[in-house]
Amino acid sequence: MNKEFVKFDKVDKSYDGKILVVKDLQLDIEEGEFVTMLGPSGSGKTTCLMMLAGFETPTHGEIYLDGRAISSIPPHKRGIGMVFQNYALFPHMTVYENLAFPLRVRKIPKDEADKKIDKALSMVSLQGFAERMPGQLSGGQQQRVAVARSLVFDPQLVLMDEPLGALDKNLRESMQYEIKHIHESIGVTVVYVTHDQSEALTMSNRIAVFNDGKVQQLSSPDELYEKPVNSFVAEFIGENNTFAGEVSDISDGKCKVKLANAEILANPISVKGKGEKTTVSLRPERALINPSDKMDNVHNGKIEEVIYHGDHTRVRINLLGNSEFILKVPNSSSNLDIKLGNEIKIGWNSEDARALDPK
Amino acid sequence: MSSETQKILTTDGIPLEVSLKKSERRNKIKAFLLVAPLLLFLIITYVFPIGDMLMRSVDDKMVTEMLPKTFKAMEKWDGKELPEEEVFKAFYLDFRQLVDEKREGKLSTQLNYTKNGFKSIIKKLRRKSKNFEEGNYKEQIMAVHKRWADVEYWKAIKRRAPAYTSQKYLKGMDMFKNENGEIVSVSENRRIHRILWLRTLEIAFFVTLFCFLMAYPIAHLLATLPMKYSNLLMICVLLPFWTSLLVRTASWMILLQQQGVVNDFFVGIGLVADDARPEMMYNKTGTYVAMTQILLPFMVLPLYSVMKTISPSLMRAGKSLGGTPIVAFWKVYFPLTIPGIGAGCLLCFILAIGYYITPALVGGASGTLISNQIAFHMKSTLDWSFASAMGLMLLTGVLAIYWVYNKLVGIDNIKLG
Repeated sequence: MNKEFVKFDKVDKSYDGKILVVKDLQLDIEEGEFVTMLGPSGSGKTTCLMMLAGFETPTHGEIYLDGRAISSIPPHKRGIGMVFQNYALFPHMTVYENLAFPLRVRKIPKDEADKKIDKALSMVSLQGFAERMPGQLSGGQQQRVAVARSLVFDPQLVLMDEPLGALDKNLRESMQYEIKHIHESIGVTVVYVTHDQSEALTMSNRIAVFNDGKVQQLSSPDELYEKPVNSFVAEFIGENNTFAGEVSDISDGKCKVKLANAEILANPISVKGKGEKTTVSLRPERALINPSDKMDNVHNGKIEEVIYHGDHTRVRINLLGNSEFILKVPNSSSNLDIKLGNEIKIGWNSEDARALDPK
Repeated sequence: MSSETQKILTTDGIPLEVSLKKSERRNKIKAFLLVAPLLLFLIITYVFPIGDMLMRSVDDKMVTEMLPKTFKAMEKWDGKELPEEEVFKAFYLDFRQLVDEKREGKLSTQLNYTKNGFKSIIKKLRRKSKNFEEGNYKEQIMAVHKRWADVEYWKAIKRRAPAYTSQKYLKGMDMFKNENGEIVSVSENRRIHRILWLRTLEIAFFVTLFCFLMAYPIAHLLATLPMKYSNLLMICVLLPFWTSLLVRTASWMILLQQQGVVNDFFVGIGLVADDARPEMMYNKTGTYVAMTQILLPFMVLPLYSVMKTISPSLMRAGKSLGGTPIVAFWKVYFPLTIPGIGAGCLLCFILAIGYYITPALVGGASGTLISNQIAFHMKSTLDWSFASAMGLMLLTGVLAIYWVYNKLVGIDNIKLG
């Protein structure tokens, strides 16, 4: 497998000559991988995708596809499949004609093309829809046609630009699995852009978190969630409780962080020495109520809000001066004394409390 | 099932349908009252004048009313040989009546339209008929002038018997009904209307084509440029709209005349010699140039409104799927603009086919259109029925184009904005 199937090499991009939308981007994507570019809007992720597709040119740097520099190759010669945000199906062509378009421009004989179209349609379970017009299909079906069209000419790389953005929640989730399965079955390399973190976590092999024109972290979904390298990633992915403070001691892979009126133990990730400002990040599910195990952080908090969520209850607690501390309590353990105004004990391991860069 | 649904009652026992109608009646009346002024306006300014035009164009009652007894008597006449005494007597009585009312001059004009030579013999008949004796009018009338003994002249009178005529329409096509009632074309050197019709179609077609060729890139640019530039460009497109048609046409006269700006420029850059300046006005060229410029916004706007709705990602999709820019344009973008092309072309063509002021000012002899001919008959010859007939022929032509367009493209596909 080619480790550097797609390679962004020191890519800069600016539209107006004043602001860099993409800054010094360095990114390698392995062949057959499903990589998601995740980030808030304006973070440069779509720009990266457009540069890869050839609709934008890098201001500086070079993009390589399978070892070839592609900056000077026009989009139609790159052979990259693409799924657009609003599907971009050709409204005046039937589903069959839409799928036949990339094959026809490649001068593939009709019987061979028909086979490929059948195969692509069955892959997205839309057999029998070939003669429909896109306008006669539902949003989900149009999305499947768009996916089938991007794959029908057997590209090595497929780009998807927020393809599920326009679908409702249930359909979006089932499409996520469907796209993931298609990727697994045909082994094509996929670069996927989204701002929906659960989508990214569900589908990807690796996720590149974008912010401010830079990749903040590129790693597998579990690592991204469990081990965020900076406070932006910790904040952006999943829910997060934070304490802002100052490192007062650091030794044996642990550090003491002095808060306004208390001191907690944390795992030093991006702090090096005493006196540094830091933001400690703790996932809600890593903190327990009335911990039975021995945990090295145990503090008292007051329940300020209880919100019932069906499978779990969200509890907002005023803890160590942070009134936005969130806990998720599974509803099976409802024997616990969770009532508004109660004082409870909360404990967590210092290993899960990551001392990151200050916000 | 269906009988049950019919029996649905409201809570106070009135059938649902009745209740619904009652509650909607108020809204219907309101809606009608809202459109009533427009409806009235359309009837007064549109339906009524067109109806009047139609009547005028086929109306031929004048002679019918002037010679009622004659035409009654002529019913039995086979129209081959000279009519019987009865017809002559009836004609004499009708004629005396007209002379008493001093209307015989109109009769002579009308009959002269049908056949030359009536004017003088009617004048003569008026003088002589004062002294006619009772009885044997045939002999007496035939004695007035030898033409009264010519059966062709009586046939000509009989041709004016019907109250309605298609003669004006035939004239519009350079045709007429000859003595035997056959429809024939006028001799080649006297055909003017056919040339005008063909020229009108030709100019309308080419003006539409030029407008399309120029408007398509402009509209595309308008639809794809960023807002701040496209607004400026839009103002440039609309600016001519805000200027009087006469001013625009007059400015073309300044530009295109032989001592005009364009010719000066051509001479200046050495394209043409000073003594061989090309004539660009008072001919077809002038009409083409000025009309294309004036009708351009009518093509740009429908095209723009359609192009605005085409997502730029469609062209990108076309390219990413492997189509060269030309293929992507031709297979994806162009077909999607067809509703706008249809609307723009239809609009331009229909406007061009009835264009009047511009060809009148810059067209000269070889650049005038059928509408100029209509105006000529309205204002100069005062032959309003002929003008009406040609106007209706033009209207029919426009409706025919609309029908063909509907068959080919479908009127639902049209998009004006």
